Amino acid sequence: MSSVLYDAQGPRAKQRNILYTVLFVLGAAAVVWWVYDGLAEKHQLDWIKWEPFFTSSQPWETYIWPGFQNMIKAAFFALIIALPLGALFGIGRLSDHRWVRMPAGFVVELFRAVPVLILMITANAVYAEYTTIDTDMRPLYAVVTGLVLYNFSVLAEIVRAGIETLPKGQAEAAKALGMRKSQIMLSVLLPQAVTAMLPAIVSQLVVIVKDTALGGAMMTFPELLASVRPMSANYGANTIACFTIVALIYIVVNFALTTFASRLERWLRRNKKSKGTAAGGAPETIGTPSLVVDDGRAV
Amino acid sequence: MFDFLEGYDLLGAFWVTVQLTVYSALGSLIWGTLLAGMKVSPVPLMRGFATAYVNVIRNIPLTVIIVFSSLGLNQTLTISLGADVIEDINFRLAVLALVAYTAAFVCEALRSGINTVPIGQAEAARALGLSFTQVLRLIILPQAFRAVVNPLSNVLIALTKNTTVASAIGVIEASYLMKDMIEAEAQLILIALVFAFGFVVLTLPTGLILGWVSKKVAVKR
Amino acid sequence: MILRLRAPDRLITHIASTLGKTTMQLRKVTAASAAVLALAITATACGSNKDDGGSGDGKKITIGIKIDQPGIGLKTPDGKYTGFDVDVATYVAKELGYDAKDIVFKETKSADRETAIERGDVKFIAASYSINDERLQKVDFAGPYLLAHQDILVRADDKSIKSPADLNNKKLCSVAGSTSAKNVKDKLAPKAQLQTYGGYSECLTGLENKAIDALTTDDSILAGFASQQNFQGKFKLAGFKMTNENYGIGLKKGDADLKKKIDDALTKMVSDGSWDKAVKDNFGPANYKNEVAPKIGNIVK
Repeated sequence: MSSVLYDAQGPRAKQRNILYTVLFVLGAAAVVWWVYDGLAEKHQLDWIKWEPFFTSSQPWETYIWPGFQNMIKAAFFALIIALPLGALFGIGRLSDHRWVRMPAGFVVELFRAVPVLILMITANAVYAEYTTIDTDMRPLYAVVTGLVLYNFSVLAEIVRAGIETLPKGQAEAAKALGMRKSQIMLSVLLPQAVTAMLPAIVSQLVVIVKDTALGGAMMTFPELLASVRPMSANYGANTIACFTIVALIYIVVNFALTTFASRLERWLRRNKKSKGTAAGGAPETIGTPSLVVDDGRAV
Repeated sequence: MFDFLEGYDLLGAFWVTVQLTVYSALGSLIWGTLLAGMKVSPVPLMRGFATAYVNVIRNIPLTVIIVFSSLGLNQTLTISLGADVIEDINFRLAVLALVAYTAAFVCEALRSGINTVPIGQAEAARALGLSFTQVLRLIILPQAFRAVVNPLSNVLIALTKNTTVASAIGVIEASYLMKDMIEAEAQLILIALVFAFGFVVLTLPTGLILGWVSKKVAVKR
Repeated sequence: MILRLRAPDRLITHIASTLGKTTMQLRKVTAASAAVLALAITATACGSNKDDGGSGDGKKITIGIKIDQPGIGLKTPDGKYTGFDVDVATYVAKELGYDAKDIVFKETKSADRETAIERGDVKFIAASYSINDERLQKVDFAGPYLLAHQDILVRADDKSIKSPADLNNKKLCSVAGSTSAKNVKDKLAPKAQLQTYGGYSECLTGLENKAIDALTTDDSILAGFASQQNFQGKFKLAGFKMTNENYGIGLKKGDADLKKKIDDALTKMVSDGSWDKAVKDNFGPANYKNEVAPKIGNIVK
């Protein structure tokens, strides 16, 4: 962060900074010590509770890896089904025809308003009641359905925003070439919008991965979080240890995705700039206004 | 047609959802603003802390955070947040977890808002001799907030929906009741529609009102 | 890719080339994602590896069990399954003519048990599955093979809970969707405070740390947890016998032939001493006073 917000620091400011740093460190240390002490007192840090993860590959192979695979499977299917649907509805909302625009808008707004957990629970119950899906596969179907219904609506908005921010000249030039409306959309606008919105789409993948955990916690979908159940049942209810390990895995996976998304964004922006099309006229701001604001749409 | 609702405290469950949302929204607004302040502060350690906090929290599923707050804070470290009945304890733990989670997104939104403030504003403020906290409090944040009403309203809507995760530790809010009802009653689709409608009623006005506010307060440049 | 003002003729060529490039890129992306999709679908198809549990005349037999209840049915770190239900299922399968290696164990969640049987996903289910009228409308039961009771698990040094009524104002833990906690609150101790979690392990953590006073479910399951190495001596069963749970083996409605075979197998299991051995192996260390082996068809209400 640049120091636009504060002056270069003189001796007094530096001293003050050191004071703040020390106080902050002390406060943090107190909290850490308190947590550590509390956990140790309740024997949650006993080696016997953590040892399975470090001395053997068995818990990883038997519980975590299958759960991890299911998590990826659900997230993957959710994304690839939701993407085309999202593009369709995103375009639908931009249609010239009222009778396309309105229903598309209604559907998107509806699914954006309903919690994904409610969608999953409903899908699960509906599949159990009205279909003959294998009891093994049903949780996966239900989780993917819930994720698709929610995320396609979010992706629709991302695509719409992506198309709307494209320069008008794009559509106009294509029209001048005599392209039909569908051609303009499919071969001019959509490819560019998707490229520009790639970071947002990758960020959405983080949301999807996080939401698969709901399926494990509430819906018997055997993904990563649910693998804690048989695991802790085996190792003497070492729930704290199990949840910590699983949380770390989530952090690593999602951090990789987030980092990838922001790299992608920077790369796209640089590419754009190098072609010399940076918008002129706007005042220089404190930072680069973000293309994508992560607003915690999770769940 | 709706007689399957009898015997269930539908409004009570949604009232819990509303309470969870309101308390968590206030809490995360405060904590999120503090985090955003730390993120741009002159103290490197605070910047590091805020960055690390946001990166860790937004990459963990909320479910894990909520279960942790119950299992770790309450069941292991025996914090009960001043309540002594399990129902109240769980409610407060859920609020705490929602605040911890949502604040990361409030912080991100605010930071993107700070980014939109023209440099000249900060420079002029410093030229007047304002200190960092004064620059932030009097000049930057007010403009930043006005720029991010829309993203913040999205955070609020997400928070409203996120409260459903509190059912993981047994808080009886809307989704908990819905699961109960689906197990006991036959009108599956109707139940789903009732709950979907409930959430539309809660989130749609939020979006519309804050969307209007956002246009109203936007800084014209 | 963004256009700037150019001379009209150059503009046209530029548009044409840009459009060409973008469509090309799009095509590449589509092709790549199609390949990934195909790969994923193949992977899933291979992964599901379906055994026809319903037909029975094949080489394999699919049996529904629990995988997260020590002493009953548990998936151990080496990928094998242990527990009383598993032992019973293995014995029955052997009597039906299947070797241990031909058994495919499959987790059947409580809510899914009837559906799994009706659909033929499993040949039969031994998963702490108590016989009741509601379930008898959908499936048939062989057995019962164990008489369990709803009970509570408390810390070994806790002397304050001597009868179910003592649970008033105590913190009682159970898993989400189970009727045991509701049963206590409705009939025995209306002032008990309920905590629900997704799994029993979370309750045990709380019980161990004194944030929870009691954990309630079937005594067989509780005994299974209490006999785990880490917990021996830490917890005890209160022995309240609040309900009767007749564990039976669930099978497809109307399959009288299979029911008879399983009943015979269970009878044999009791008479040759395997039943006692299985009880001892799985519940022994918890000092669990099991009921004697139930007579086939004798359902204790």
